[in-house]
Amino acid sequence: MKNRNFFWFILPSLITMLLFIALPIVSVVVQSLHIEHEAVLNEVENCGPFGCKKELIINVDETKRLKLEKPLGEFNGFKTYTNRNHLAFEEIKLAWSQSESITQFISTSLNLPFYRALAFTLTYTFVVTPFVLFFGFLIALGVNSLPKQMKGPTIFVSLLPMIVTPLIGSLILFWMIDAQGIIGSILQRIFDDPNLSLKASPTLTWIMLMVYGVWHSSPFAFIVFYAGLQTVPSDTIEAAMIDGATRWERTKYVVLPHLMPLTIFILLIQLMDNFRVFEPIVGFSAQANATSLSWIIYNDISNNEDQFFGSAGATSVLTIIGISVLLIPVLIRTWREFNRKVV
Amino acid sequence: MFLKTITFAGAFALLGSSAIADCGISGGNVSILSNDFPAIQAVTAEAAKCAGNGVKVEANLTKDHKDIMVAALTANPSQYSSVIVSNSTLVTLMNDGLVRSLDDLVAEHGAGLNKSQLITVNGKVMAVAFMANAQHLFTRTDMLDKAGVSNIPGTYEEVIAAAEAIRSAGLMEYPVALNTKAGWNLGEEFVNMYMGTGADLFKAGTAEVSVNNDHGVATLNMLKSLVGYSNPDFLTYDSNATQAEWEAGNLALATMWGSRGSAVLDGEGSVDGVSSNTTLSAAPKWGNGARPASTLWWDGIGISTNVSDEDAEATFIALMNGISSDMVKANNDAAVWLVEGYKPSPASAGVSETAANGAAPYPMLPFMGTLHGALGGEISDFLQGAESAEQALADVEAAYTTAAKEKGFLK
Repeated sequence: MKNRNFFWFILPSLITMLLFIALPIVSVVVQSLHIEHEAVLNEVENCGPFGCKKELIINVDETKRLKLEKPLGEFNGFKTYTNRNHLAFEEIKLAWSQSESITQFISTSLNLPFYRALAFTLTYTFVVTPFVLFFGFLIALGVNSLPKQMKGPTIFVSLLPMIVTPLIGSLILFWMIDAQGIIGSILQRIFDDPNLSLKASPTLTWIMLMVYGVWHSSPFAFIVFYAGLQTVPSDTIEAAMIDGATRWERTKYVVLPHLMPLTIFILLIQLMDNFRVFEPIVGFSAQANATSLSWIIYNDISNNEDQFFGSAGATSVLTIIGISVLLIPVLIRTWREFNRKVV
Repeated sequence: MFLKTITFAGAFALLGSSAIADCGISGGNVSILSNDFPAIQAVTAEAAKCAGNGVKVEANLTKDHKDIMVAALTANPSQYSSVIVSNSTLVTLMNDGLVRSLDDLVAEHGAGLNKSQLITVNGKVMAVAFMANAQHLFTRTDMLDKAGVSNIPGTYEEVIAAAEAIRSAGLMEYPVALNTKAGWNLGEEFVNMYMGTGADLFKAGTAEVSVNNDHGVATLNMLKSLVGYSNPDFLTYDSNATQAEWEAGNLALATMWGSRGSAVLDGEGSVDGVSSNTTLSAAPKWGNGARPASTLWWDGIGISTNVSDEDAEATFIALMNGISSDMVKANNDAAVWLVEGYKPSPASAGVSETAANGAAPYPMLPFMGTLHGALGGEISDFLQGAESAEQALADVEAAYTTAAKEKGFLK
């Protein structure tokens, strides 16, 4: 394709991306650099059904004037990024100088909201992603060797976890793991511990969320791998069979290398998806034991009476940076392979 | 919520043709945004009867009203002519000047109102309250009898003693529940308990928080002793969960919202013997505190700034109709109404007693929501035994101060 044609060809998607991806990100960055105007407070008397009380209120006229002057608010630079509710530079420095051991330093850091969320987000990403790849591949191999009539129904059933909306799926599991739910009470029987609760202990909550993550995402990996398996060249497989390769050796030396590009693709998507884990935390009411970066953003703008747009913006930018850092090794690898093929 | 709007619209269409509404509105658009529970459904349904004759009435009842109200009322003209507000949401709207003073409307159309219904800020009426709510004690008297406890507990120390008696009698392992779901609910429990000490949450006249003190430590310790008798899942318990546990007969002593009272007492959805043995009473006191460990809430009418005066007047009249004595008589047990004609019932006993014992109203301070959020997020570590009370309170203070700076409340 000529460069000119190519340009016209992708222009519509370029404009859409600019409008719906690039511009919002710019706006998020700009918002993250601002905080609200200093509130002008007046003391007044408030009365209601339960009596009167002297309380402070915001002077609306004065606030309106400030907002008209500078609609974005007060410029704050990167201070929102470095404050205690985000990267917490000062608190980390203090923790470093006051901690006697590295464990103490880590536990002090994990008491800060951002690092606590980052710890869960990273653990979740690095535990769930390999399991999803592994189980997805296993299910694909299994389904592929089923007799033809059984394939359709099996595929349908295997895809169900992915079809269920994440929030609904996690709510259903949340009720099942309740002490009176089917899974919860079975676990109590098995471990002979009437007080066992998957919702109460931080460790068990983490495990539960990750098991849910694997359950929810494996079908995606499975369906991609299954599609890939249909393209494995049968003459190579037959040749390997004639050479006496076992089923395991054929999988290892023929099937897996053939599916490598797909594996990279799933890895990429899963790293991105898992890094922004969110719904299960809401569905499982797990916020006391596990929070993620996305959850912090949600909490900033919709969980409470107040909305913190600057804070949410800062966390969003940090999330974007986090995802980029995660993806760089995978992208470099893909780029190298692409170049090798071209040459 | 969409369905509800549709149903209302359908109802209006019918009304429009059959009956001519007699609210005395000459015309205008009435659109109401509010939370969603039975008492408010009754109010909006009654207000909807004013539709017809050039008057349109719409209502959007949704649990997520808090998330959309600021954006919806900032638009000019505003998306809704009225929001059903409470202590806390009124402040959020006033912070941006989104609700208007009701002085003229009350003077003209508010003849039947009690003076105590008027929410005045700096002498101006900003909202008209119609119902009260508070968290207070629910007790299973049969369980107390079996455990040999003669009186309904009046203090949290007595609640703990009764819980211990129930546990050691082998009746229930976890007899106590509070709405302790991490987040807003847990923050509310802290505020309630702290109010019982008689101390203030902020340094007088400033936005500086003052919970990091002996009162705060005592409050946290009291909460921890109580959740010691709660199911280990307590950090996932919101109002729906505690009501379900109560109706399932798994609880004997719980602090729940007054608005759950009639639902618990009606016997529907309850295990046999639960409703008939449930007694609602005042929120307990504790320590040497003089006032109950609870906060009083009201729900009321606020009218948008950014609507025409005609629409504002139509809305006010329609909602006055919505909170009329007739509506209250028809829905007496749905809430603790502040309106003339309300007859106290067993379902309202808890809220009335809590108010009579001198509980404090939930503070109407611009920065209260910010503190509430910080509390809800930071104290669960302490309740799980992962950190000390002092550390938890230091975390609350730090989280609040950082957030309040972003909001411009602190320099």
